[in-house]
Amino acid sequence: MNPTDIKNPEYFHKVVDCQYACPAHTPVPEYIRLIAAGRYDDAYMINWESNVFPGILGRTCDRPCEPACRRGRIAKGEEPVAICRLKRVAADNKADIKSRLPAIPKKKNGKRIALIGAGPASLTVARDLMPLGYSIDVYDNQFAGGGMMRSQIPSFRLPVSVLDEEVGYILDMGVVTHFDTEVTSLKSVLEKDYDAVFVGTGAPRGKGLNLPGLEEAGKRVHIGIDWLASVAFEHTGSIGKRVLVLGGGNTAMDCCRTSRRLGGEDVRVVVRSPFADMKASPWEKEDAMHEGIPIYDNHVPKDFVIEDGQLKGMRFEKVEAQYDADGKRSLVPTGEDLVFMEADDVLMAIGQENAFPWIERDLDIEFDKWDMPVVDKATFQSTNPRVFFGGDAAFGPENVITAVAHGHQAAVSIDLFCRGESVGDRPPPFTNLVSQKMGIHEWSYDNAVENDKRYVVPLAPLEKTLRDRKLEVELGFDPLTGFKEAERCLNCDVQTVFDAPRCIECDACVDVCPTDCITFTANEEEPELRLQLSAPAGNLAQDLYVSEHLPTQRVMVKDENVCLHCGLCAERCPTTAWDMQKFLYSVTKAGQ
Amino acid sequence: MSYQLPKFRHPDLPVNTLGYTKADYEGAISTLCAGCGHDSISGAIVRACHELALEPHRIAKLSGIGCSSKAPTYFLGKSHGFNSVHGRMPSVVTGANMANRELLYLGVSGDGDTASIGMGQFTHAVRRNLNMVYIVMNNGCYGLTKGQDSATADEGSASKKGDPNPFSAIDLPGLALQLGATFVARSFSGDKGQLVPLIKAAIAHRGFALIDVVSPCVTFNNNAGSTKSYDFVREHSEATGTVDFVPMRDEITASYAAGHTQEVTLHDGSVLHLEKLAEDLDPFDRVSAMIALEQSRVAGQILTGLIYIDKDSRDLHDVLETSRRPLNSLTEEDLCPGNKVLVNINASLR
Repeated sequence: MNPTDIKNPEYFHKVVDCQYACPAHTPVPEYIRLIAAGRYDDAYMINWESNVFPGILGRTCDRPCEPACRRGRIAKGEEPVAICRLKRVAADNKADIKSRLPAIPKKKNGKRIALIGAGPASLTVARDLMPLGYSIDVYDNQFAGGGMMRSQIPSFRLPVSVLDEEVGYILDMGVVTHFDTEVTSLKSVLEKDYDAVFVGTGAPRGKGLNLPGLEEAGKRVHIGIDWLASVAFEHTGSIGKRVLVLGGGNTAMDCCRTSRRLGGEDVRVVVRSPFADMKASPWEKEDAMHEGIPIYDNHVPKDFVIEDGQLKGMRFEKVEAQYDADGKRSLVPTGEDLVFMEADDVLMAIGQENAFPWIERDLDIEFDKWDMPVVDKATFQSTNPRVFFGGDAAFGPENVITAVAHGHQAAVSIDLFCRGESVGDRPPPFTNLVSQKMGIHEWSYDNAVENDKRYVVPLAPLEKTLRDRKLEVELGFDPLTGFKEAERCLNCDVQTVFDAPRCIECDACVDVCPTDCITFTANEEEPELRLQLSAPAGNLAQDLYVSEHLPTQRVMVKDENVCLHCGLCAERCPTTAWDMQKFLYSVTKAGQ
Repeated sequence: MSYQLPKFRHPDLPVNTLGYTKADYEGAISTLCAGCGHDSISGAIVRACHELALEPHRIAKLSGIGCSSKAPTYFLGKSHGFNSVHGRMPSVVTGANMANRELLYLGVSGDGDTASIGMGQFTHAVRRNLNMVYIVMNNGCYGLTKGQDSATADEGSASKKGDPNPFSAIDLPGLALQLGATFVARSFSGDKGQLVPLIKAAIAHRGFALIDVVSPCVTFNNNAGSTKSYDFVREHSEATGTVDFVPMRDEITASYAAGHTQEVTLHDGSVLHLEKLAEDLDPFDRVSAMIALEQSRVAGQILTGLIYIDKDSRDLHDVLETSRRPLNSLTEEDLCPGNKVLVNINASLR
């Protein structure tokens, strides 16, 4: 293999698994260390810079960082660091951070931007562009900002006060809001001579199932996200005792848990796929089951049962999942009798999709065969250079953190576009690599690896939470538990940096490495090299760090996979050929 | 500074036939200087014992005094250990071995502990062919007392702050050969590929097995001018050949080119494959081994690898015809069988 180019910022970035997996690339270990140090304000601001909604995401994020967390790989039964809930610790315990928010120039730069939709993507664009002197108008059909975070995420998961606070930080920058305003024509917005328009209208249309009996069932059948919105906006305050929720995603989990709080006693989730294949996050399924909601998997809805013009229930066909050689799944009926379940109300949470009836098709915005706008994946620019898309509106339903990532990139593009520069010339990320050496065997980070198991977030008692749909279920970590959980972090951003010319090949690092990451061996191509390392190196998603040739004509090879970043290689190195260096990677924001 | 190893190990570490991973043969974290050759030897011992699937409780590790003799703390944490008086480890092993012949005795010593204060003990353990592995972690200096030249420092070699050594060196493999040792090898801490199979072979050998391991002292004797530095040893090392150790229960899967390799079957049925590199050495002939060793020394080279092995070695128990059952398991009834037996013996002599 060729020697690893550690000057390429993506090499060490990839070693920080959590940060790499995060769509917004939040520097996770950096803020976790600050939480451990009790510096909640600093931890919060690092988050705020990167993901804009630390308090909201610390409660609701889909947390792609956690499955990626190295801690979950280092031993069987070991779980990832509770990254998401640590974020909440920073948000809960911070002092007033308003003085640390960026200053907004009084003198504007003369450029006017319209944001359509006031969800996470649009708010991120506003956050990035307001400090640069842009004038921004935001349009939304709801009475306040937040988009789906307000209409679809129930208050027992996300208190309105937290939402208002973090939406407020952005709107208070001087964004001109046009709430309760449905935009019905993009043309009319473009005619107002904005320098750029950003479309962040989400994926607002919930899918339905057109099954026999639907018409007769009438008002007892609801589209999940619409129903959640009507609960959030207090148009709906009750539901029948027996509720069937169709679907296996997070919206289904929110629907069933909300139903339990509005009078549902026998609430069931019914899903076509096997339990393990459900789209909902594992913790959301657990939360639903904790509230006494059974999940019936492998049940395909067939029809609504109507008696005397009234909905009585639904019938389901039992299936089993079969997988072909390519792993493609098909649901094959078992041949058993249809299963009847009683229902007063049915909530359909089987997915949502984009809808752009309000975008005229003569605005030079190209649409593809699925009627989705053609949007550049890096710049978020449409085929009309003045119009940008982001969040679910760009490429279909994802999640809040992805919308934030889109928003940052779209803001970079809008800023470049308004300054007359090419949106294709993306500024490189900001990186920094600094030795953590404090003394002969001392490091500026806690290099000892804690053995604690993952801490569980305490919950409010069921009998209280089920009575009040606004009472937050999760209580969050207290500061001491937050500290202990933070100490589980392996500090993967503190990189093992190898300086080949200093190495005397004494093997000290090889001998001390607790996880056998390091090997000195003859160089080969990667597949052969992986076979001749000290320990199995079968995780192909994790890179090998290869040095230049050493005096014995061997190379140093480090398998990054289960490195504990404990610093022992550097402690035992007599010549400081190994050093522990903190790598900071931040995605460039607009104007930087 | 870290005083503890993290508890986590690679989740896919191979297990041996006992179901143990390498981690089960480790000891405490080393407190020797960073980069000390001794730590690599500890690592090689861990690997050899793991790969041989030895039961940790069937091993006794013994040492004297010195940096080397601290090392047993850093490997085989679940085995028996005895840290004896300076230079007196061979006597303790002799006693232990006489009492219980069923343990594997692993003696770890240094150049001071062996070639100076312990010389009298060492020589007698060799000539009695005591069944043990004797590893010398040889750095040519007294690292624990700031690096003075030891008795194995080569003439003319200079340590970090010292003048060239005016005295001639004691060559431990040469001495052992002269004293009738039945297994003599030399290796280098920086070459586990050679050291691990040598340790395995020494463990399988019945009788006294000496491995003199050049182990650079990074703090006091790893400078230009020293003949025991990493660089010097790498440049002047001359291997007798490569050794491949196949334990008795394993099938021989590697193929060896005819003519270049020799097979040695050891007492326990294990097989050593020796691939010859040095032209003039016959490792089964003591005189040839002594000549090769001396020629290499005169040429300024360091001869490493297996230097001599006696395939028909008889250890101290064989010579003394001691009881098959370990002495420590014999009861009073076994040792004083009573008048009836005495009468029978007397009758047989009439």
